[in-house]
Amino acid sequence: MNFLNTAATFVNAAIIQGIPLLYGATGEIITEKSGNLNLGIPGIMYVGGISGIIGAYLYEHSVETPAAFWCIVIPFFASLLGSALMALIYSFLTITLRANQNVTGLALTTFGIGVGNFFGGSLLSFFNESGSIAVITTGGYYKTKLPFADSLGLFGETFLSFGFLAYLAVIIAIVASWYLNHTRTGLNLRAVGENPATADAAGINVIRHKYLSTVIGGMIAGLGGLYFVMDYTCGAWTNNGFGDRGWLAIAIVIFALWRPRSAILSSFIFGGLYIICVYIPGLSSAAKELIKMLPYFVTIVVLVVTSLRKKREYQPPASLGLSYFREER
Amino acid sequence: MATAAIELKNISKRFGSIQANKGVNLSVNKGEILSLLGENGSGKTTLMNMISGIYYPDEGQIFIDGEEVVIRSPKDAFRYNIGMIHQHFKLVDLFSAAENIVLGLKEEGKFDMKKVCARVAEISERYGFDIDPNKKIYEMSVSEKQTVEIIKVLYRGANILILDEPTAVLTPQETQKLFTILRRMRDDGKAIIIITHKLHEVLSLSDRVSVLRKGEFIGTVKTAETNESELTEMMVGKKVTLDIKRTDPVDPVDRLVVGSIDVINHDGVKVLDDVCFTARSGEILGIAGIAGSGQRELLECIAGLQKVQRGKVLYNNPQTGEEENLRDKTPLQIRQLGVRLSFVPEDRLGMGLVSDMDIIDNMMLRSYRKGATAFVERKDPKNLADTIIHDLEVVTPSATTPVRQLSGGNVQKVLVGREIAAAPTVLMVAYPVRGLDINSSYMIYNMLNEQKKKGVAVIFVGEDLDVLIELCDRILVIGSGKVAGIVEARDADKNEIGLLMTKSDSLQEGGAADE
Repeated sequence: MNFLNTAATFVNAAIIQGIPLLYGATGEIITEKSGNLNLGIPGIMYVGGISGIIGAYLYEHSVETPAAFWCIVIPFFASLLGSALMALIYSFLTITLRANQNVTGLALTTFGIGVGNFFGGSLLSFFNESGSIAVITTGGYYKTKLPFADSLGLFGETFLSFGFLAYLAVIIAIVASWYLNHTRTGLNLRAVGENPATADAAGINVIRHKYLSTVIGGMIAGLGGLYFVMDYTCGAWTNNGFGDRGWLAIAIVIFALWRPRSAILSSFIFGGLYIICVYIPGLSSAAKELIKMLPYFVTIVVLVVTSLRKKREYQPPASLGLSYFREER
Repeated sequence: MATAAIELKNISKRFGSIQANKGVNLSVNKGEILSLLGENGSGKTTLMNMISGIYYPDEGQIFIDGEEVVIRSPKDAFRYNIGMIHQHFKLVDLFSAAENIVLGLKEEGKFDMKKVCARVAEISERYGFDIDPNKKIYEMSVSEKQTVEIIKVLYRGANILILDEPTAVLTPQETQKLFTILRRMRDDGKAIIIITHKLHEVLSLSDRVSVLRKGEFIGTVKTAETNESELTEMMVGKKVTLDIKRTDPVDPVDRLVVGSIDVINHDGVKVLDDVCFTARSGEILGIAGIAGSGQRELLECIAGLQKVQRGKVLYNNPQTGEEENLRDKTPLQIRQLGVRLSFVPEDRLGMGLVSDMDIIDNMMLRSYRKGATAFVERKDPKNLADTIIHDLEVVTPSATTPVRQLSGGNVQKVLVGREIAAAPTVLMVAYPVRGLDINSSYMIYNMLNEQKKKGVAVIFVGEDLDVLIELCDRILVIGSGKVAGIVEARDADKNEIGLLMTKSDSLQEGGAADE
């Protein structure tokens, strides 16, 4: 029983860790399907988090008793807005100005973390307060469990004890998978990522698809940041608290072979690997760091295996990382 | 006369300093096949790209069914029921035939692949196509891919079809099948434009012919009232002698003996199977075959770029009289043996030249090891670059211009010039005139003939059978990686070579032919 309880706690914790990764991975898959390799995802998730915090903070400070509805809605849309702006910067640079995608993405990550840390460090001083940011009321609303979760015993505690953002992540991944594989526009989007010249000749608006999927992908990824600050840390912000989760999300994209549905389980596995060192007793700190490396190691193994198998369906979108320019001769 | 299905009036288009099209007038009726004839670079494809919305004309008007239209994007072209089948297929490799066919369409109702496949089957039956809608493009042959392209435009209800060099990649049999289908479409009331530079196809297929020369519109004639020499004259402007001055080989000796070579590529496919032949000095050995039959691998074997599973590549050194086996040696080792091998690969800017480097630097790729110090010698390469620019009439602002800014013909001249300057004993050229105009092509042929007179063993991989027959001394025909036969060019028959190219199970007759 004791072991079962520990296992259940571990699975629960793995899912909690996996949710931000799932948002990031789904967002990046949608982005990459349009041929844009957005390495700015870690920065976008970071900004998604701080935007939510700012929204919540401003709302909590402007009213006496914050209402649950607005506590949910304001940070939610603040987060979407922040990450959408970040993704727009990336889109404008890489799609319209055709800047190098890798360089732009990496710069965006640096920029996003800078923006997050700036507001994280100075938001309180704008209001002549001190200490650290904590929007506990909002965090509490975000953490609200399903009402019947507790009545379902261990199963409920393990799988149903999350805030609504956790379920939303899974729903978004499933919808994304369905969208890519079973809709006309999904087919068009995949064509843009595989062969933009062909898509263009087929009458598909390549530029629009690239912009839309990058921005929507960025907004989805930003929700991962929101989940982290509202649900996981319950509304408390610490600079650099998000860690390297953004890069893990990008690793999951490879691990899941660019399939949003596979990303669901992959995220939970990566979430588990991320924290498994806590559950193994008696590890030295060096061993812990080695174990934390596991997700990246697994990603490399997947890359090696899929490269060896050479199956076309397992490869990244063919034009990933390339700019598209129509009148090129 | 009835209103034309599509009519172009005074269309012009420039790309920077290049006038791609100038004052073109053209019309096609329903139920008619029009050939658009012109040399490479005469602006045929540019013109058609303007009809299909890829480019936008600088000047001129387009009329469809008598009404003036503006075609700004491929989408507009679809709206006017124009369908273009590009020379380079615009297909997504990873998608199935059916997925490619519906790509970009905005049909009413639910997205249902079964319904799509049913309609594809219906179109296939109507015109006589043979296709599996669920097959992935990357598993298809070139001819199948072309079929997908044609069905794609028909599926969209195209009434005006434009085919850009549709037969360039097909075997004669596949070409006949395509022509049957095109005639059936014409009888069904479609207006068809076919871009080509093969005269016999023009004459056998089309109702009328329009000719472009260097972007300018020359005229339109009825096919029934014209002949090959008149069309050629319209196309090239002046009467060109198609004869290439071929001399008889002088004292040929076996320079390169290739014996029973097998090559298996990365995908585990046997691309060369028991290939045997001999290249003699003072002789041009032609290699004919459908694109991708193993020509590239064959040359790379000799150049030391391709791993060989079985067989030998023997080189008779004219200076020492010794015989060297080049198999399993790197290009550097081959050169250190004193083997003077020059190679003009098919992929000029990928394997032959570095596109971002200038002409002098590209000359140095062959000479940078010379000299005793750590510093490279720039004077000789500069002189060589200047000589090549002058002698071969390379059009370039200067010797320090990056080669990617040169046109295809000039790039080829730079590459061929460099390789010949190395005074080779074996010269291998792959498709040296691809993308070149007639004058540049003849310049290349003359250069090859001069090398032949100097006693060089020339290996020439070509695609135009007429040129192979007129230029080469012997022609090796390769089919699916096997030697299908070796024929004497002087009494070769084009049909015979065409037939050899297309039969793949010819190992028995071919393999031993040159032993």
